[in-house]
Amino acid sequence: MSDALNITAIPDSQWKRRFLQPLLRQRSAMVGLAIIAVYIFAAVFAPWLATHDPTAQDLMASLQGPSAAHWLGTDSYGQDLYSRLLYGAQLALIIGFASVALGLVAGVAIGLAAGLMGGRTEWVLMRIVDGLLAFPELILAMAFMAVLGLGTENVVYALALSFVGPFARMTRGDVLQVKNQPYIEAARLMGVSTAAIIWRHVLPNVVSPILVQAGMRVSIAILLESGLSFLGIGVVPPTPDWGLMIAEGRAFITMAPWISGVPGVALAILLVALNLLGDGLRDAFDPTTQKDA
Amino acid sequence: MFQAASAKLAQTLLVLLFVSAASFAFLKLAPGDPVSIMLGSDYSKSSYDQLTHELGLDQPVVFQYGNWLADFVRGDWGTSYITNQNIFELAVLQALPVTLTLAALSLLIALLIGIPAGVLAALYRNSWVDVLATTLAIGGNAFPSFYLGILLIWLFGVDLGWFPVLGFVAPWEDFWQGLWHLTLPAVTLGAWYVGLIARITRSSLLEVLGQPYILAAKARGEPAWRVVWVHGMRNVLMPLVTVIGLQLGGMLRGAVMTEVVFALPGLGMMVTTAVLNREYIVVQAGIMLTGLLFVAVNLAVDQTYQFLDPRIRRR
Repeated sequence: MSDALNITAIPDSQWKRRFLQPLLRQRSAMVGLAIIAVYIFAAVFAPWLATHDPTAQDLMASLQGPSAAHWLGTDSYGQDLYSRLLYGAQLALIIGFASVALGLVAGVAIGLAAGLMGGRTEWVLMRIVDGLLAFPELILAMAFMAVLGLGTENVVYALALSFVGPFARMTRGDVLQVKNQPYIEAARLMGVSTAAIIWRHVLPNVVSPILVQAGMRVSIAILLESGLSFLGIGVVPPTPDWGLMIAEGRAFITMAPWISGVPGVALAILLVALNLLGDGLRDAFDPTTQKDA
Repeated sequence: MFQAASAKLAQTLLVLLFVSAASFAFLKLAPGDPVSIMLGSDYSKSSYDQLTHELGLDQPVVFQYGNWLADFVRGDWGTSYITNQNIFELAVLQALPVTLTLAALSLLIALLIGIPAGVLAALYRNSWVDVLATTLAIGGNAFPSFYLGILLIWLFGVDLGWFPVLGFVAPWEDFWQGLWHLTLPAVTLGAWYVGLIARITRSSLLEVLGQPYILAAKARGEPAWRVVWVHGMRNVLMPLVTVIGLQLGGMLRGAVMTEVVFALPGLGMMVTTAVLNREYIVVQAGIMLTGLLFVAVNLAVDQTYQFLDPRIRRR
């Protein structure tokens, strides 16, 4: 894209060669992808794979270790940890992807508007973004949760709002770079409408770095989501959420370490996998980091 | 250089203004009417109007913001409804030092482990040392700190009994006791940073070691340790400081979790408790304070560049 004589947006075949093939060559990224695929499989087929209702309590069977009836044991309410683990994967992935997608759409819209319109609009929009970026994500998400109230849906909104800033700033930066390229001027001189220029010529050239960023954000979103729930200001019980499960198991760590261990290890593995894939995406996109990073 | 500094200062002041506006907007957006919360369940219309007037809530929002900002700057942050405590004292004098101590100690641990690990990984590239360092780096970076904290409490606190499980002793009151209480929390929070620091050290050192001046230093017959630690590390410091500054958000995220897991009375604990108690005025103080901290650190990172890289100073 640094090529000043680039006349059109990157064609599909080139995109595949430049982006997809380097990614496929990275072993660690592929390992990450395979692990994520397992989680997605577990999430999608949770209703069929689960052996129990994830919120069914059976106080007679509480704090049990792994057994034939409860493959990964039970928590203090006698809820089946294996079933909760599966539904927890569903929840984590849904919240993770939904919040990033929402934040991305809003952020890209603001970034495009600021970058393309310039002038006063840009100033106002970017100062709002500066204001958002002046806070750490978790504090921002906590503040939004305080305003919105607890619950699964509000977690998605709070996280999405805390992701708007980075996406907006990034999009604007990319748009400013693309805006002055000769091919944009050429399209304008040819009488292509502004909407078509944005859609056909600007967006395709800013979309890859933004998608890479989105991929890396998903792991942050899942970490923040489980963190908020762990703190008690996210998803509410008895929803099968890993953060909640870890918080619940904390009190029983010596008697029944599996209560927090099952969701804790599941969360850690998913986050490692997402990070591996995220690093791979970044390296595949940016050839300068391919050497040693 | 003076011009650049004053431009930077003006920009920072502008950001601070937006931070304060965002914090004020938060209080306005918070659900519930502060007057009826303060008055309790039973009150007359006249006492309601009187309190509204006393709090200045009958004035236009812009005036309310101005008054609030003036109070804030003077350190008059109000009182907690629940503990009746002065919020400025609670946030700045009690909670902030705890968080800062925890963060500094974690950073120290992370640097002490991360830099040598990164250097070893770079020097013995693609050996088992490198693989081990990289694996630990990725693992430590991705592992959720609140679960790591629970595991450490279980292993070193409960099972082995080497460290206290909960509670906080201020190191400025009893240094060794304080350090002992802060060890597990600092390791928990530091684990997240170790990976990052090791990775950056490794990749920047690899980049630098191929440079001609390193070859020149070797040719002059300087000992290997001097080539790496003096000539090489000098150029690793810049990216290191950048990453440490950029990742402050992650650090604060981890600090909130760590404080709650280990029951440390820091900023994260304060904000969490306040959100749970719906004490928005305390939440707001926490937001404002972290915002200020964030801006201050970014400014400090910017200034460090000039100190670390003479080329920037000269420009």
